[in-house]
Amino acid sequence: MDTLKLKERILGLVPDAEFQENKQFPTFILPSAQLHNLAAGLAGDADLAFDFLFCLSGVDMVSYIEIVYHLESTTQRHQMVLKVRVSDREHGSVDSVCDIWRTAEFHEREIYDLLGIRFTNHPDLRRIFLEEGWNGHPLRKDYVDDINIVER
Amino acid sequence: MNFSIYDFTSFNQWIDRFLRENLNSFWAIAVEMVIIGLAILLFYALVGLFLVYAERKVCAFMQNRVGPNRVGPYGFFQTIADFIKLMLKELITIKNADQFLFNLAPFIVIIASFMAIAAIPFAKGLHAIDFDIGVLYVIAVSSLGVVGILLAGWSSNNKYSLIGAMRSGAQIVSYELSVGLSLLTIIILAGTMQFSAIVEGQANGWFIFKGHIPAFIAFVIFLISSTAETNRGPFDLAEAESELTAGFHTEYSGIKFAFFFLAEYMNMFIVASIAATVFLGGWMPFHVGGWAGFNHIMDFIPPFIWYIGKTFFVIWIMMWFKWTFPRLRIDQLLTLEWKYLLPINLVNILIMAFIVLMGWHF
Amino acid sequence: MKEVVNLPVKKIEEEEYHINMGPQHPSTHGVLRLVVSLQGEIVKSLKPHCGYIHRGIEKMCEKDTYPQIIHLTDRMDYLSAHINNHAVCLLVEKALEVDVPERVIYIRTIVDELNRIASHQLWWCSFGMDMGGLTCFFYGLRDREKILDIFEESFGSRLLHSYYTPGGLMMDIHPNFQKEVKNFIQYFRKKIKDYDDILTGNIIMQERTKGIGVLSREDAISYGVTGPSGRASGFSCDVRKRHPYALYDKVDFREILGTEGDTFTRYMMRMHEMRESMKIIEQLIDNIPAGDYSAKMKAVIKLPAGEYYQRVEAARGELGVYVVSDGSKTPYRMKFRSPNFSNLSVLDHISRGVKIADLVAIGGSLDYVIPDIDR
Repeated sequence: MDTLKLKERILGLVPDAEFQENKQFPTFILPSAQLHNLAAGLAGDADLAFDFLFCLSGVDMVSYIEIVYHLESTTQRHQMVLKVRVSDREHGSVDSVCDIWRTAEFHEREIYDLLGIRFTNHPDLRRIFLEEGWNGHPLRKDYVDDINIVER
Repeated sequence: MNFSIYDFTSFNQWIDRFLRENLNSFWAIAVEMVIIGLAILLFYALVGLFLVYAERKVCAFMQNRVGPNRVGPYGFFQTIADFIKLMLKELITIKNADQFLFNLAPFIVIIASFMAIAAIPFAKGLHAIDFDIGVLYVIAVSSLGVVGILLAGWSSNNKYSLIGAMRSGAQIVSYELSVGLSLLTIIILAGTMQFSAIVEGQANGWFIFKGHIPAFIAFVIFLISSTAETNRGPFDLAEAESELTAGFHTEYSGIKFAFFFLAEYMNMFIVASIAATVFLGGWMPFHVGGWAGFNHIMDFIPPFIWYIGKTFFVIWIMMWFKWTFPRLRIDQLLTLEWKYLLPINLVNILIMAFIVLMGWHF
Repeated sequence: MKEVVNLPVKKIEEEEYHINMGPQHPSTHGVLRLVVSLQGEIVKSLKPHCGYIHRGIEKMCEKDTYPQIIHLTDRMDYLSAHINNHAVCLLVEKALEVDVPERVIYIRTIVDELNRIASHQLWWCSFGMDMGGLTCFFYGLRDREKILDIFEESFGSRLLHSYYTPGGLMMDIHPNFQKEVKNFIQYFRKKIKDYDDILTGNIIMQERTKGIGVLSREDAISYGVTGPSGRASGFSCDVRKRHPYALYDKVDFREILGTEGDTFTRYMMRMHEMRESMKIIEQLIDNIPAGDYSAKMKAVIKLPAGEYYQRVEAARGELGVYVVSDGSKTPYRMKFRSPNFSNLSVLDHISRGVKIADLVAIGGSLDYVIPDIDR
């Protein structure tokens, strides 16, 4: 499925989604409330069939934190990027997509650990790399650690 | 006194006579016991050290390595250096371990192997105790070692040790059957349980040849099950270093660990000597019927050398197993024993009994 | 007639206990800790605890320039260091639209495949050791040493090479490189038969691995299990075939897919892959074109603002590099989608109900490298 068709389908499913031009993959910015519904639709649909979540990352954009889902269909061979923006830095949360793509379980724990975004309905949301009770979330831009980070 | 390396009987009688002439009978026996004890202890230590060295060399040979080569010529004194190191090492006391059982376990293991060695005939006349139930005695005594292993696993307060010990318990209880039954096959053929009589019975041909195919099957089964009984690879589930770090002796250090280590090698030596004695003619030389010249040359080699040679051949086969096979899983191990070896063994005994009854053996 | 009395049978609740496998354990291949719930010897569930070697490479990348980042990627999956470097180089080259000389592409493809073979050799020996066959370890290391010698001669180091730079290579290959590689291929074609003789064909090994740790194709995709482990389940996930980079669209090789998805199939996938890698190298080694070993690059590499994603096939699966650039000389955010991280997540799923010994075998067949999980 090419980019234009994909754009039509996604915008048809989620009218609020925003399509970003000139990207490596077709990229859509979603309202976070609609993520889980759309994700379930994407994975279940026979034409779209986005069954492989090959990367799940979080980016701290200072004014908001962006969760980026890189998706691919193993049958249709097309790729797509979904983005969700969370502006609440303290108590921000996004629906977990663990039940759709199981690989999200570890990746969401990683994002929770390093960026501090909570995932609702996650089966086991604990820090994955850092110890329990670690202060702060290191991948945030405002994270300071006088001992371990040397500013150059 | 006529001393000969082919027959130690007269030598023994000479010592006995000498002691009895100078001491009363109680002290003579006491001194004899001490002499035998010291001789066996020395032999035990030497064989243990040599076996560790041999295993390291054999394993290096199989693995494209050189093996120990720094201490002494060809690294021959490496194990002695290791032994000194182990003696000097700290004995770590484990918190919450059952101290009494924890300390007792290595001694049980080593005493079990020590007792078994007493009944083995090394050469004609070189035989500490010649029980008329020698085979039964060795089987009974050598299976005591599992008590030590179970105690070690239980008292260490370590789950890895406990798993290892439980595996070992299940394993030895099962494989004890096969060891016993495969020896029974030969006892039927030999008609005696006395080691000296078993060896004498092979003067005109080893039992592995005399007993046709059943004897050979019994030999193979004995090799497999005795390897399992000594907890050696591919049946080293009790240690299984890739699963249980070190199994039942995870928490042991220093000389207590050395005891387990030494006992493992000595158990290997004991089962190899039993295999050599029962199946391969013990200290009897290799004879081929009708070749008088050849047989005469074979007779020239001292019996002690024959015995050591055969034992080390069996040990070498066991090392070969260990260094080429992956480890079995516990359920496969028990399946192998209860579903394959045991039925084969029982049928094999029937066949052997039939052959002996009909007099078809040589 | 007697009446059948149903006596109340008291159900004994079978007790579960936990053991800590790791962080120091011979078969977790590094500092990984698995908290395993056991019932007797049967694994009921397990929880991986990572982070013992977490160095914050992603955070460090935000402070480093792109040529510096290359050196950090070596330290993730240290067994496929070249391939990790390749991902970052490709990403930078694609973003800057640099034309890389043909010679560089040839050399990179060959070196990647050599690296893949070396990695699989180490996997093979450690898998053999996990199964209890210690001799395998020395066989595998003996042959891996030959590749490391080739690497040392050409790139000056044995494990962490940092040989690729954005735009080309750090230095040209050694004059002996082609000869040595050809010698190695000839040598290893013979030696790989030993591997089959000592482990693949062994009845104990086959009994212990067949039907153990079965991963279905759907689960492989859902858990994102890639590389040989994913392909064993029939998940066609070879990035070299799906999204070709370097010379992989020009050389002839097969993507071998398994059907069973058990430990033995995962094992066989890697054995096949070593042979396929040798095939790729044989096709390229004689045809390395002459030319520069690096394109002309600016002294300071700045990526235009935007997002970039590059996927390569590392020895253990798909490695993804995601970069958000704000136009400066350091990335704004760099994310590594490491293959082992996803492969580890499936361990709990496929090892429920197996024995401890099988857990070790499954772990060996997934072939995780801990620094790549923790990053």
